[in-house]
Amino acid sequence: MSDIQSFKQSLKYETFSYLPQMTDEQIRQQIQYLVDQGWNPAVEHSEPENAFGSYWYMWKLPMFGEQSVDTILAEVEACKQENPGHLVRLIGYDNYAQCQGTSMLVHKG
Amino acid sequence: MAVKTYSAGVKDYRQTYWTPEYTPRDTDILAVFKVTPQPGVDREEAAAAVAAESSTGTWTTVWTDLLTDLDYYKGRAYKIEDVPGDDECFYAFIAYPIDLFEEGSVVNVFTSLVGNVFGFKAVRTLRLEDVRFPIAYVKTCGGPPHGIQVERDVMNKYGRPLLGCTIKPKLGLSAKNYGRAVYECLRGGLDFTKDDENVNSQPFMRWRQRFDFVMEAIDKAEQETGERKGHYLNVTAPTPEEMYKRAEYAKELGAPIIMHDYITGGFCANTGLANWCRENGMLLHIHRAMHAVMDRHPRHGIHFRVLAKILRLSGGDHLHTGTVVGKLEGDRAATLGWIDLLRDDYVKEDRSRGIFFDQDWGSMPGVFAVASGGIHVWHMPALVSIFGDDSVLQFGGGTLGHPWGNAAGATANRVALEACVQARNEGREIEKEGKEILTAAAQHSPELKVAMETWKEIKFEFDTVDKLDVQHR
Repeated sequence: MSDIQSFKQSLKYETFSYLPQMTDEQIRQQIQYLVDQGWNPAVEHSEPENAFGSYWYMWKLPMFGEQSVDTILAEVEACKQENPGHLVRLIGYDNYAQCQGTSMLVHKG
Repeated sequence: MAVKTYSAGVKDYRQTYWTPEYTPRDTDILAVFKVTPQPGVDREEAAAAVAAESSTGTWTTVWTDLLTDLDYYKGRAYKIEDVPGDDECFYAFIAYPIDLFEEGSVVNVFTSLVGNVFGFKAVRTLRLEDVRFPIAYVKTCGGPPHGIQVERDVMNKYGRPLLGCTIKPKLGLSAKNYGRAVYECLRGGLDFTKDDENVNSQPFMRWRQRFDFVMEAIDKAEQETGERKGHYLNVTAPTPEEMYKRAEYAKELGAPIIMHDYITGGFCANTGLANWCRENGMLLHIHRAMHAVMDRHPRHGIHFRVLAKILRLSGGDHLHTGTVVGKLEGDRAATLGWIDLLRDDYVKEDRSRGIFFDQDWGSMPGVFAVASGGIHVWHMPALVSIFGDDSVLQFGGGTLGHPWGNAAGATANRVALEACVQARNEGREIEKEGKEILTAAAQHSPELKVAMETWKEIKFEFDTVDKLDVQHR
């Protein structure tokens, strides 16, 4: 019995929330993937206590057609700076499937 | 001008039903059968017999044939092909005019196509390999109640496969103990748990109590994790009336998803339930108990790609497809073929994956492919690679069998999944580098580390019984 660890519960925020906080380099690679899929990037943020609903705060507008990983990463960073303590997620809008191709937690607040 | 006259007696089928000059119409339903004729029956006669017996024909000429335009209504055998690697069998391609079938009824289509003909004496064995549904017919079917995109939005799951688990033991738990197992899995990080297919409403656990306790488990897990959760409440029942009663109660409780067995429950019940789900905003998980009775024998029965098409037309948001890597039968290329048939808008003919026809689904929603059975964390890289994002990966024993319990098992699977998705997105070859990816992820997750130690040696390396006929053996 002593080998068994008791389960530690914590709040989670969907895709990638079970992994350690990504480094900037890791975020860059995810952004590159999103762009390579032909998706439109967007950034959203939320207070952790309001994160359950479908809608987080939209950071500016989705960056339609944006191909530059640097530009997208800079928006993630700007969103983080302006909203300390908020969760930040990166979305890839797939306008053909009319669905988000991905929505991943990139900053854990 | 009437030119035909009645002449009683038995005619060769080929005179009427073998039409090699026929060019199939865009509106025809096309079928390809693998035929093993009885000795002494030639290919054209056997193919024509199959066309006749699965459409308008009977064994002798009848005078009432002349009251209609049989040449319009008849099925036509229009092509014969060798089966690579098998000299006894051949493929017979048959075209059926769309007027032969009631709109929106897979029940009617398959009562014709695979009705009497499978017991027909002129053929020794018969297998329905593929069916092309014309877009005109597809448009008459309801299809999946919601489809992949809507389910993603409802459940708030993006950019990764979903994770599930069938609650075990299959039978015998009380409703309250069952709800405990559900709660532990969901709080640990799974998106869904599932009733086993044979959990309906037995004396040890009646459905109403199961629904109540499971719903409490879902609500609690959602509050504690901040993520959306569901449990496939199995509403498969002895009668349609009972099935709808259970579905209504699941809705009353606020459950997001219910479940049905479309083969044992029947296509009629399934289509009705899918319509109910669409009208009531309920997701529908479909299990396929009994499928292997029909789809496993390489020379007789109905191929699973056809059963998968039936389900997409009849309606379901998830369908079990086999895992390729687990304990149950499934060839990789063939599995990839029927996964595409479930999910894509348009699937091209591709014999290397067992697909005989182009299939246009129009705007019909797609179905999540469900991989379930004998899989654990070590299979994760292969599963993510084979199934891609639009799938539900279900680890039963691979969650519940964790030495620290269900919640830890669930976390292990979730960490492994996210690590594989992250690595895939980084452009790494996750099947090749699976071990490094999981080992690195386990450094941050003691739950995953223990899971990897527990299941390291388990493998299922039996050869598949039903292989694609793509090369001479």
